[in-house]
Amino acid sequence: MKTAVLVFPGSNCDHDAYHALKHGIGVDADFVWHRRSSLDGFDAVVIPGGFTYGDYLRSGAMAKLSPVMGAVRRFAEGGGPVIGICNGFQILLEAGLLPGAMLVNDSLRFVCDFVHLRAGTDRTPFTRGIQEGTILKIPVAHYQGNYYADERTLSSLEERGQVVFRYCDPEGNVTRESNPNGSARNIAGICNEGGNVLGMMPHPERCSEEVLGSADGRRLFDAMVAWLGERPA
Amino acid sequence: MKEKPVTPELAREHGLSPAEYGTVLGILGRTPSLTELGIFSVMWSEHCSYKSSRIHLKKFPTKGPRVLQGPGENAGIVDIGGGLAVVFKMESHNHPSFIEPYQGAATGVGGILRDVFTMGARPIASLNSLRFGRPDHPRTRYLVSGVVSGIAGYGNCIGVPTVGGEVSFDESYDGNILVNVFTLGVVRHERIWRGTAAGVGNPVIYVGSKTGRDGIHGATMASGEFDEKSEEKRPTVQVGDPFTEKLLLEACLELMRTDAIVGIQDMGAAGLTSSSFEMASRGGTGFLMDLDRVPQREEGMTPYELMLSESQERMLIVAKKGREGEVREIFEKWDLDVSVIGEVTGDGIGRVRWRGKMVAEIPIAALTDQAPVYDRPAERPGGQDALQRLDPAGLPAPSDLGETWVRLVGGPELSDRKWVYRQYDHMIRTNTLILPGSDAAVLRIKGTRKGIALSVDCNSRYCCLDPFVGGMIAVCEAARNVACSGAEPIGLSDCLNFGNPEKPEVMWQFRSAIDGMAKACDAIGLPVVSGNVSFYNETMGKGIHPTPVVAMVGLLEDASKRRVQWFSTDGDLILLAGEDRLGVNMGGSLYLKEVHGRVAGIPPPVDLAHEKRLQEFLREAASADLVSSAHDLAEGGFACALAEACISGPGSAMGARVLNPFPEATRPDFAMFSECQGAVLLSCAPANRDPLLDLARRFRITMKELGVVGGEHVDIEGLARVGAAELRTAWSEGFAAALGLEG
Repeated sequence: MKTAVLVFPGSNCDHDAYHALKHGIGVDADFVWHRRSSLDGFDAVVIPGGFTYGDYLRSGAMAKLSPVMGAVRRFAEGGGPVIGICNGFQILLEAGLLPGAMLVNDSLRFVCDFVHLRAGTDRTPFTRGIQEGTILKIPVAHYQGNYYADERTLSSLEERGQVVFRYCDPEGNVTRESNPNGSARNIAGICNEGGNVLGMMPHPERCSEEVLGSADGRRLFDAMVAWLGERPA
Repeated sequence: MKEKPVTPELAREHGLSPAEYGTVLGILGRTPSLTELGIFSVMWSEHCSYKSSRIHLKKFPTKGPRVLQGPGENAGIVDIGGGLAVVFKMESHNHPSFIEPYQGAATGVGGILRDVFTMGARPIASLNSLRFGRPDHPRTRYLVSGVVSGIAGYGNCIGVPTVGGEVSFDESYDGNILVNVFTLGVVRHERIWRGTAAGVGNPVIYVGSKTGRDGIHGATMASGEFDEKSEEKRPTVQVGDPFTEKLLLEACLELMRTDAIVGIQDMGAAGLTSSSFEMASRGGTGFLMDLDRVPQREEGMTPYELMLSESQERMLIVAKKGREGEVREIFEKWDLDVSVIGEVTGDGIGRVRWRGKMVAEIPIAALTDQAPVYDRPAERPGGQDALQRLDPAGLPAPSDLGETWVRLVGGPELSDRKWVYRQYDHMIRTNTLILPGSDAAVLRIKGTRKGIALSVDCNSRYCCLDPFVGGMIAVCEAARNVACSGAEPIGLSDCLNFGNPEKPEVMWQFRSAIDGMAKACDAIGLPVVSGNVSFYNETMGKGIHPTPVVAMVGLLEDASKRRVQWFSTDGDLILLAGEDRLGVNMGGSLYLKEVHGRVAGIPPPVDLAHEKRLQEFLREAASADLVSSAHDLAEGGFACALAEACISGPGSAMGARVLNPFPEATRPDFAMFSECQGAVLLSCAPANRDPLLDLARRFRITMKELGVVGGEHVDIEGLARVGAAELRTAWSEGFAAALGLEG
C-alpha cells in the first residue's frame, strides 16, 4: 500500500502530510514532483496544502495545468482515492474534479484556528466508519476557503450525499458563528459523485497526534487504510 | 550614458561624512566612480557597518559551550545535542514598515528567513515584536492591519509557522513603529554553511529572482531620521515574493545536501554589494564579477543600480570549480534564475565589470578594516531625574478596583492577541506543541524528544525610565518566560531599537541598555549569538522609547515536560514563587500609564542571583512534574497575572480564590497592580504541594500558598472579585475594540 504526496512549486503542507502518513499511520508514502505524468504503483493520492504558484492567480489555477494532474484525473476515474487538502481542494476545484469555486474569506483575513466539523457521509474512503453526525476537531489555515457554488449545485451536492463536512460548533450545531470563512451552507468538504475524490479546507494531517491538540485527523487516514485493505485487488 | 561625476557634495548626499569620504580617497588613491561611491556608502552606512554601536556590542557575552556561531555571520548557531543545532536571528524592518506596512513587514520576514536558511537550516518557527503608536492614533489601525497581514502573507505562504510575539502600543511610536522579526531553524552540525568566498578560481553564482530597481538605498534609508517627506521614500521599500522565496528555500536546501558549494549568503540590505564584499572579506579573497551576467528584470540598469538594488529573494553562491552544472540543474528544477557571474580571485580586490569596462575596483580588506568606528559621546538626558520622580501616595485611588482590573486585562496592552495570531499560520509543520498565547511557545524537534521554547520581550517603559535596569529586565523576563515553560534558556538574539545615535542622550540610553543586558546575560549565563541594531528611529526629531528587544531560545530535553501559563484543573493549589520579590513598585507600571496617564518613576529592582535560582527552580519543578502551570508576574502586576492564568487557556475560563499576598496595610490598588521582577504564579495538584515546597527551599525560593483554582469568580480576598467569564470576555474582545477593528 503506497500513498503519493504531490509536490507542486509552493506546496508547503507536503512534509506534514508525509509525516502523518509515514510516521503517524505507518503507511508507505512518497513525494511525487508535479512534472511527473504517471501515478502507477500508488494506491492513494494526497494533494497537500500550500500556496502553489503563490496563489498569485486564483488558488490552484496554475497547478491544475501541471502534468501530474492528468495522472490524477485518470487515477480518480479509475476509482482511486484522492484527497485534496486546503490548496489541494482548491486545485481539485480548478481542475474540475469537484464542483464549485473558492472565494476569499468573508473576514478578508487569513484564518488559522481549530474548528469543529460535522461529518455528513461515510461513503468516501476517508470517512468510512465515521458516522454521519460525528464531530471532529480539525484546524483550518487559509485565506480563500469561502466555498461557493450556485444554488442548484449546492442542492444537488446535498441530495447526492456529496457534502462530507460542515463547520459546526463543539456540540455539532451548524451555525453561522461556527463558520470561519463564510462558506456556502457551512461547507468544509465535498466529494465527487463517485465518492472517491474528497476536497476539504481543514487539515487532517495537522491533527493526527494528541500532542498537537487533536488526533481526529488521523481517523481520515485510518479510514483510507482500512478502505484500501478491503478493496478487491 | 554619461555618469554623474563624483564630488564631495555627492558623497555627502550619499551619507558619507567629509572625513569618511577622505578615507575613501585614501583607500583608492583616486576619486571613486559613482558605483564605487555607492558601494562605500552602503557598506559604511550605520545599517551595514554598525559604526556607532560596534564598540558597545563587544560587551555582550557571545561564547559558551553550546555556541557554534556567534555574531558576525548571517545568524547565530547554538548546539542542542544529538548532532543538531538551532540557527536564529532577529532583525528590524521599522522604516520600511512605517512607509509601506504590508510590504515592509513582509520583506522583513523574507529577509530573516533567508538569513537562517542560508546557513543550511530549515526554518521551523518565526516570532515578531511589534510596537505601534497610541491605539487611537489615526494611523495605528492602518499600520497594525498592514503589518500583521504582511507578516501573515509572507510567513504563511512560505510555510513557516509564526508561533509567538508581542504587540505593544505607546505614543512614542506614533511616528516610528517597530517591526522586529525573528526566525529559528534547525540544522545538523555537518550541514552548516557559512558566507565565505574561498578557493581562487571558484565560480560566483547568482541564484533567485531577477534584479530590478526596487529598494535601492534601503540600507541608507534605515540609517537616517524620518521627516515629513518620508512618504516620498516609498520607492525605496522592496516588494516581497514569498512564492519565489519558497522555491529558493527548497532549492538551497537541496543544493546544500550536496558538497558542490563553498559558501553562500543572501542578498539582503545592500544586495549584491554586501553579499559579495562580505563573503570575500571572510574568505580573505577577492572577486571579479561581470554585471552583464546578472539576471535583470528591467532594461538599462546601470552598474550603480545593479550593485545597490535590494530586490528580494536572491542569493550569492561560491561553488566548487567544475560543479556549476549541479547547481544549475537544481535551480532550474525549481524554475529559478541561475547565472555564473564571476569568480573568486586571490589578490584581495573586489572588481566589478560592466559592458567590458571595470566600474569598481576596491581593496576589500581596506573597505572592511578602515570602515568608520565611532565612540560617540553619551550623556544622561537632563530630564531623566524629573522622569524618575514619582510620588505614588499622591495618586488618586480608583473607586472600583474590579472595574479597573477588567479594564487593564481587556486593555490594549494585555488583551488577547488572537486577532493577530489567528492570521498567522502557527501550526504548519506540525511541531507547535504550545500555540501562541502562553509565556513561551514550544515546538518539538521531530525525531527526538527535544523541544524548543521561544519568547520575545521588552518593556520599553522601563527602558525609558532607566535603560540599564530596563535592559536587564528585557533579558530576565524573556529568560523567565522560557523557564516558565520548563525550558533552559540557551541563547538569545536581540534587536536594539533606538533613536539618533548622534545625540548624546540617545547614545547614553543605548550604552546603558547594553550594559544592563550584558550584566544580566553574564549573571544567567546566556550568550548573545546574533542581533541587529536599528538607530534613527526618530520622526521630526522625536525619538522612540529605547527598545532593546530580546528573543530568547530555550531547550527542553524532554518536550513532554513543557508547561503552559494557564490553570487547567479545579482544585489545583495556587502558589506564588519568589514572594519576597513583591514590593510596591509603581514606577513604569502599566497601571500608572493606563489609569493615571503617566510614564514615570523607576522600574522594579532586579536581583540577578535570585533570578538565576528561580529559573533553575522552575525547570526542576516542571521536569519533576510538580507544577501544572507557571506564569510570571509582569505588566499589570499580581492581579493581572492571576487573571491571565485563569482566562488565557483554550478551555473555558477558570475561577480562583486567593489570598492577598501583600501586607494588609498596602494600598489595595498598589497590591493588585504594582510590578516586580522575579515572582511567578504556579498551580499544582494538592499531592505535589509538599515536594514542591521542598524543592523551593532547596533553591532558596520563598513560596506562599495563596489559594485554589475553581469557582465562577476570580477572587482576591479583601481586594476584588470579578466573574471569570466577565474577565474573559473583556480580554478576548479588548484588542479589536481598542483599535476599532472588526473582531
